[in-house]
Amino acid sequence: MSAGDDTGRTPRPVIVLRRIVKTYQMGDVEVTALRGVSLTVEHGDFVAIMGASGSGKSTMMNILGCLDIPSRGQFYIDGIDVRTLDEAALSHIRNRKIGFVFQSFNLIPRTTARMNVELPLLYANVGARERHARADAALELVGLADRSSHFPNELSGGQQQRVALARAIVTDPALVLADEPTGNLDTTTSREVMLMFSELNRSGRTIILITHEDDIAAYAKRIVRLRDGLIVDDHRLVPVDSAPPVVAAPDEHRVLSAEGIPA
Amino acid sequence: MSVRDTLRNSWQGINANLLRSALTVLGVLIGVSAVIILLAVGTGSSAAVAKQINSLGTNTITVLSTGRFGRGPATNGTESQTANLTTQTVNAIENQAQAPDVESVSPVVSTSETATYQGASYSTTVTGTTPNYLAAEDYTIAAGSSITQADVTGRKRVALIGQEVASNLFSTGENPLGQTIQIGSASFEIIGVLNEKGSSGITDEDSVVIAPYTAVQDELTGYQPFSELLVQAKSTAALDNAATEVENILASEADTTVADLPFSVINEGTLLTASESTSSTFTTLLGAVAAISLLVGGIGVMNIMLVTVTERTREIGIRKAVGAPKAAILAQFLTEAVLLSLIGGGGGVIVGLIGSRFKIEGVTPVIAGYSIPLAFGIAIAVGVFFGLYPANRAASLRPIDALRYE
Repeated sequence: MSAGDDTGRTPRPVIVLRRIVKTYQMGDVEVTALRGVSLTVEHGDFVAIMGASGSGKSTMMNILGCLDIPSRGQFYIDGIDVRTLDEAALSHIRNRKIGFVFQSFNLIPRTTARMNVELPLLYANVGARERHARADAALELVGLADRSSHFPNELSGGQQQRVALARAIVTDPALVLADEPTGNLDTTTSREVMLMFSELNRSGRTIILITHEDDIAAYAKRIVRLRDGLIVDDHRLVPVDSAPPVVAAPDEHRVLSAEGIPA
Repeated sequence: MSVRDTLRNSWQGINANLLRSALTVLGVLIGVSAVIILLAVGTGSSAAVAKQINSLGTNTITVLSTGRFGRGPATNGTESQTANLTTQTVNAIENQAQAPDVESVSPVVSTSETATYQGASYSTTVTGTTPNYLAAEDYTIAAGSSITQADVTGRKRVALIGQEVASNLFSTGENPLGQTIQIGSASFEIIGVLNEKGSSGITDEDSVVIAPYTAVQDELTGYQPFSELLVQAKSTAALDNAATEVENILASEADTTVADLPFSVINEGTLLTASESTSSTFTTLLGAVAAISLLVGGIGVMNIMLVTVTERTREIGIRKAVGAPKAAILAQFLTEAVLLSLIGGGGGVIVGLIGSRFKIEGVTPVIAGYSIPLAFGIAIAVGVFFGLYPANRAASLRPIDALRYE
């Protein structure tokens, strides 16, 4: 498969990147992190962006998340041209169109799980009653309805990441952007969280996952590899409109391998 | 984001480090209470000074011979012959046509003598004068009767004594009225006791013997010019006019100009104004000291807010990533700073009100009405002013940098 099958299945792709270039000024040296990346992500897709450190995947994540703006090239998110937006409009885009999941969970300490999930709604000027209701619904979806009044330090890593996931989807964003979401979790918990991503994708959410682990990328429908600021590989595991791949549990995987049957 | 949500966010920030917040609040609290208490002390001491000056006797002008505060005028050359305060001067000033604003004139001869009564002795000031003096100096009779004009013309050796003299000479509780005391070498009959008047700060107004000036000249000082004239004006408003009239009369009597007058004309009104301006300077000074402590409190707020912003950089990053606009972050941290100074201001008002109930260095503080809204208002202004920079710093953080901050 190639980038060729990105062509519009739906009238408006969630993400359109055209020849994106990003350069940084590091002291006297100009560093080019992205050298002309083009990528289209359709609605309902589940894309894993892979690459070693220094490949430009963090920069990619910052640009996709509207945390940083590209130096050159065009970037449309849900049909909106991001390059024309000012800071206030970018916060608005982050609030309405993107749900973030970070490697280090990034929950606000001394604030209950529910309040953490409510945070994006707070900045979207949603009334208190609706905020509570939507936060509870999101927590229910990630299986933490009974933990809504716990503080982050009272939750396990997996639970914290699920709270973060609830926070990412509470605004019903066009895109869930996850940056190494399992980087701080053990294998079992990682699988738990990844199954949740699969579940979310099955219910129609568009997900972009940034990772360097093949095991994690295996949950995606499409894998994009970056090297030295360029896309070097882009292949699809399953079609956009089908269910995400079912990945066997690590234990099964190991047992099968031991019997000499390829995974 | 609603005001309520902003307040709750900020309150959480304050609660996150309660001890630190409490210390910051304490800084503002001390500043605000210092402003209220010190201004109250200033106002209280102004009131006390004004009261003291009133007790000196108002509406009066004192005429002294220049260059001496003792018994007689300096005698050098011919000028001194005409530069005396005499009965003639008194009569000239009493002339209503020349001095319409003058109520009365009392000549004064005074000397320090030792008064004795049956072995008890007491050193005191003896003032020889006329009955008008009592009214001009606000002396009132507690027991017995006052000296009269007849006593003056009859050169009678009668005297009025102050409370201090009475208690020292008649310590047994014997009624002083009708008793005869020795003053210097002469004996005087006590016909009245004066009411207590208190100290004017310079002299003890109760340690005094008042007698007809004629008798004092006869027995104690000999015949010499008056040491001073006490002129009472018709009212406080007429004081300045009366002073001018007295100066003109003195000038014509001494055959000279007002500028070269060989006497000092001391207007009690100017004394009052001077002391009022002194105590208002004092109040301003106290206020300035207090304002400095309030400023220090404000710097404390800024310091803590800067620390808070640094400490919570990551939180700011998260908030910005999930879509907090710059204004919301600015509002959150500014509200936090203002809340700190608001709590400090409120506490400071309470502490100030309580602290002003105590006597401080002998001064009873009087709370200046303006000081409470002033101190409270400044505290809030300080919160806004010193909170703005840290809040703006927080709001200007780039989310990408803030999220990466460890």
